[in-house]
Amino acid sequence: MASGSQLEAIKRAKVLMVGAGGIGCELLKTLALSGFRDIYIIDMDTIEVSNLNRQFLFRQSHVGQSKAKVARDAVLKFRPHINITPCHANIKDPEFDVEFFKKFNVVLNGLDNLDARRHVNRLCLAAEVPLVESGTTGFLGQVTVHVKGKTECYECQPKPTPKTYPVCTITSTPSKFVHCIVWAKDLLFAKLFGDKNQENDLNVRSSDGTNSTNHTEDVFERRTDEDPEQYACKIYDHVFGYNIEVALTNEETWKSRNKPRPLYVRDVLPDNLIQQNGSLENSVTEESVVSSMSSLGLKNPQDIWSLSENSKIFLEALRLFIERRQKDIGNLTFDKDDQLAVEFVTAAANIRASSFGIPLHSLFEAKGIAGNIVHAVATTNAIIAGLIVIEAIKILQGDFENLRMTYCLEHPSRKMLLMPVQPFEANKSCYVCSETPLLLEINTRTSKLRDFVEKIVKNKLGMHSPLIMHGSTLIFEAGDGLEEDVVANYALILDKALAELPAPVTSGTVLTVEDLHQEFSCNINIKHREEFDEEKEPDGMVLAGWIAPTQKDARIVSNGESTSAAHPAVTEMVEKSDDVEIAREKPGTKRKLSEMSEMIDHVHDIKPCSSHDVGDQVHPQEVEDNDDDDDIVILDENPETRKKKRLQ
Amino acid sequence: MDGEELTEEETALYDRQIRVWGVDAQKRLSKAHILVRGLNGTAVEFCKNMVLAGIGSLTLMDDRSVTEDVLQSNFLIPPDEAYYSGRSLDELCCESLKDFNPMVRVSVEKGDLSQFDGEFFDKFDAVVLSCCSLKTKKAINEKCRRRPRRVAFYAIECRDSCGEIFVDLQKYTYIQVMSSYVAPCLDYILDCYKHGCLDTSDASKKSDGTAECQLNYPSLEEAISIAWRDLPRKVSKVYFAMRVIERFELSEGRNPGETSISDLPLILKMRKELCDAQSLGESYIPTSLLERILAAGGKEHPPVCAILGGVLGQEVIKAISGKGDPLKNFFYFDTADGKGIIEDMSNSSTS
Ligand SMILES: [Zn+2]
Repeated sequence: MASGSQLEAIKRAKVLMVGAGGIGCELLKTLALSGFRDIYIIDMDTIEVSNLNRQFLFRQSHVGQSKAKVARDAVLKFRPHINITPCHANIKDPEFDVEFFKKFNVVLNGLDNLDARRHVNRLCLAAEVPLVESGTTGFLGQVTVHVKGKTECYECQPKPTPKTYPVCTITSTPSKFVHCIVWAKDLLFAKLFGDKNQENDLNVRSSDGTNSTNHTEDVFERRTDEDPEQYACKIYDHVFGYNIEVALTNEETWKSRNKPRPLYVRDVLPDNLIQQNGSLENSVTEESVVSSMSSLGLKNPQDIWSLSENSKIFLEALRLFIERRQKDIGNLTFDKDDQLAVEFVTAAANIRASSFGIPLHSLFEAKGIAGNIVHAVATTNAIIAGLIVIEAIKILQGDFENLRMTYCLEHPSRKMLLMPVQPFEANKSCYVCSETPLLLEINTRTSKLRDFVEKIVKNKLGMHSPLIMHGSTLIFEAGDGLEEDVVANYALILDKALAELPAPVTSGTVLTVEDLHQEFSCNINIKHREEFDEEKEPDGMVLAGWIAPTQKDARIVSNGESTSAAHPAVTEMVEKSDDVEIAREKPGTKRKLSEMSEMIDHVHDIKPCSSHDVGDQVHPQEVEDNDDDDDIVILDENPETRKKKRLQ
Repeated sequence: MDGEELTEEETALYDRQIRVWGVDAQKRLSKAHILVRGLNGTAVEFCKNMVLAGIGSLTLMDDRSVTEDVLQSNFLIPPDEAYYSGRSLDELCCESLKDFNPMVRVSVEKGDLSQFDGEFFDKFDAVVLSCCSLKTKKAINEKCRRRPRRVAFYAIECRDSCGEIFVDLQKYTYIQVMSSYVAPCLDYILDCYKHGCLDTSDASKKSDGTAECQLNYPSLEEAISIAWRDLPRKVSKVYFAMRVIERFELSEGRNPGETSISDLPLILKMRKELCDAQSLGESYIPTSLLERILAAGGKEHPPVCAILGGVLGQEVIKAISGKGDPLKNFFYFDTADGKGIIEDMSNSSTS
């Protein structure tokens, strides 16, 4: 039970809660029970069925409504006299500026994405409001505290951002199932059903000698009179047969790899070619959900289908898209809640996997990978919410000495399931909360301003309305409220190489990048470099002083639009289908396949570094237990080594 | 696991958790029956977690009427006297919990559980006791242990901002996943933190193999009668404080939580007696801790309810699904140090 002084601090507190999802529901309940009386809650999401297993303030009847509003109403039922202000909005909206943040005594995050977390961190720093940050995935969770001048900020430690793959891994040499999913979703699905003007690295040309006059024709163009089933078979044979044959001709590629097997409908489904499956009758009866699984009589999404079942699903799903969803074609993006789309992508990924000797997966699993679905249970969220409130109360009492970061573990470590750790000190070279400049290695002669803005300013630095200055010269700005002619001028300048800008950016230039909304700015020292390794440095530029440039991290590209679902940075995710997409960008922006993000970032891809090769490794040290209760883990950091590492 | 498949509705609702524990575990959960006796805030948190998880049925027992202490940590009951007066706690909670998940049967059982025959317990896979006397806990624990089919037994208490969970799974056999990630060392965890990434959720996928593992749990009676000097080093102080308070309530004939700061002199006397008998320094049970617990009386700190209810929820899910290493056999949380600690207190003859 809270003591008298605690209760006073709680009653007086004005709390900002960001997120009313898995953690948010638990948090709002626990705050209300603990005596908090003034809570402002922001969430842009609406309620979905798959939320109901853990977001206990919501019912089936609330599906489609604002999370913030329904959560408020549910809590007022058992605490009618407290003040909860719900807001169905995006925390990144400009109305939530520094002045807004300053109204609160503490900010509590129950967010689902890296981008919003970084944004809130910057506003909390600018407004000097303490932040309690949290995340869960499955049975794991963490709560961290960030108080300006006392602890590190949320961005003092580099965060893994969505993984990317070299183009050739996806188009030619997949070795994992996820590569097949990315191919099926971001190339094949996008090509067949998405925006025709979108860049796509899929080979659509056939130089089949039998029809030499047509050899430059796009195989994917369906003639209006073309039978949907024949078209489906043609696509199948092209992407799983012909394109593999073409790839096999490049012998160099297969010297150290297993050769893929070309697959053709006639071989996989010898008896089934263009068979009706009685599906036409089905399509007459108006079903609510168009599904190739139901027309083929496959029920269990947990089953792993055979190659021939996958092939049937592929052909049937493609046929159904053409016959039943014609109006969607041309503007579809993959949506994990679109049953037919999930069926198609599962089948396509499995057929490709089969061709490359990669184990097949069930629709349930494929949906999880393609839809970037994060594991979530109620219990972990409840525990994490409890821990957030405990830290929030300490902050309100000014008890900064006793603040703890806590990890919720699946397997105990030194008897502990809940492990408190003393907060880290601020990283003196953090580009967000310190003044230390960043270093960017870039080819200033070939890299365009656009590449710099998209890959560095937006994706890596997480700015939304950036202002780029070269000394006192304004080079570029983005955001709302700009004059049309200014926007047009910037559009032109974006395609210029850095060295050819009116104020040329060359080796030695110092750029100042600023986001006024976030009240955040930093300096970037530019260093020209001629060449980059396409595999290891797919961006064609390297930003140092931010991510410790280890081999592993080199492939990781920050994706500003992604929910950090990407890496289970212990995050309770909202399932947004577009998160795993190659982020759709403004028209005219070329997006490289190499920036494609895999949203499931398995831990085995991030090997713990041995202490000698990471200079800024913390050295945990258990303090001698003098029979007191306070044998918390003390982390002894060596600022010297850390600094050295960050500047190299 | 054989048996009917999950319905489409279940698959949609439980999608996110099936991704955590798998379809088989979900099927087992949907057939599990759980009894909860004593509906304080911590137990209510547990009940919420179980209903959301999609168990088969939940049976509630607590015929107390609503008091201010009850409302203080209960989010199931609107603080409207016209609504709750004349109705018992279990009926009120039942009504509210039913609404959380229409696929779970929530019901109320009347009567004095300690008077029920052993056969009554055969209906349940797990029995959870809260806010009842040590005597009742021991008696029901014994009844559960004598049933032919295992009835998992749990006791949970939250006093002020600290709490205790006791687990008795009797003889429990499960398949342990041997994996390099099963017990990540601190360095590993911190390293993951530095990468902003802490995930072992797919540990089972890259397991280094499995091993059948058998655990023998002592009864509550056996566990708490282990001589204090034989306990593991640095056992949580809350363990001792709980034993002192429990003993005091029993000797005074009080219900759990019926204490106040005015009981301190008698409590300190009880501490001295116990410590002398067990040859433990009295300073090991700090007066400040006892004061804290006494002053709170029956009140619970809601964040601690959420934490204990969450940990117990996970344990019951593990025991029912047969997946994951179960906790053996006590768990402690105290906001004073923020640690959530597992203590194995089973003497050599039982472990
Ligand atoms: Zn920082």
